[in-house]
Amino acid sequence: MEHSNCKHLLGSLSDYIDGELGSALCSEIEQHLEGCENCRIVVDSLRKTVYLYKTTAGPTGMPNDVRTRLFKRLDLSEFLEKNH
Amino acid sequence: MDRDKKTTEDFSLAALRSGDRAEFARLVEAYSGVIYRLGMRMLGDPQDAEDVLQETFIKAFRHLGGFDGRSSLSTWLYRIATNEALMMIRRRKHPSVSIDEPVETESETEEPVQIVDWCCLPETEMMSSEARAYMDKAVDQLSPTLRAVFLLRDIEGLSTEETSQVLDLSEAAVKTRLSRARMRLRELLSGYFGERIARQDLAHEEEA
Repeated sequence: MEHSNCKHLLGSLSDYIDGELGSALCSEIEQHLEGCENCRIVVDSLRKTVYLYKTTAGPTGMPNDVRTRLFKRLDLSEFLEKNH
Repeated sequence: MDRDKKTTEDFSLAALRSGDRAEFARLVEAYSGVIYRLGMRMLGDPQDAEDVLQETFIKAFRHLGGFDGRSSLSTWLYRIATNEALMMIRRRKHPSVSIDEPVETESETEEPVQIVDWCCLPETEMMSSEARAYMDKAVDQLSPTLRAVFLLRDIEGLSTEETSQVLDLSEAAVKTRLSRARMRLRELLSGYFGERIARQDLAHEEEA
């Protein structure tokens, strides 16, 4: 991060990849990225990091016995069969 | 939040408030999976996750009469569950240990150390079971409050506004914490995948 304004932009990169920045700051970042290889890598790998977590979130993975015990604990056993 | 999940509008608030057990069973059916997942990822332990799950719905049933509908039912359930999980973490640790971020670093984003372009790695390598286990470990390394924001926003898919309601934080604070959580995870993943890139390059050199 040798450029002086890299640090100043770091806190905005998360909003930037979500597309939630105002147009002024957004173009400031884009302009900066054109000339700063390191920041480009940070933005790309940040985007990839979020993408990987979102795509591998997967199913909830609640085991069936956990569900059964929950319904019993809540005194809802009569609804167990009906809903599953 | 699962994309195909039920929304608050799918439930009769009047029935829930009056203690209708069949309607409550439908609510439990719809949200128990995501609440369990949140508990697992917050606490990393199946028994603790199950305790949080049960406590969440016991409290929900008890307090549904007073649910004012200002937030959605799912946000309200996430709020109860997140509080339960954070309380459990607090109980596990020494009572004086703060589970929050140190205040003095609250507004600062740490400077990236790992500048490695690993985005060109094949997806199969990034999605391998080993990589996924590392990704889970990386989330565990976040402080509980950063972890909660990250899980709610990026795993459960809540909006900034919903996350702010769940955690009683301003939307600006949610964004700051999400940014810090993501930047830390990026740092950890860059270290991990960067090593794989280096290995790959070495293998290519040896082949040449």
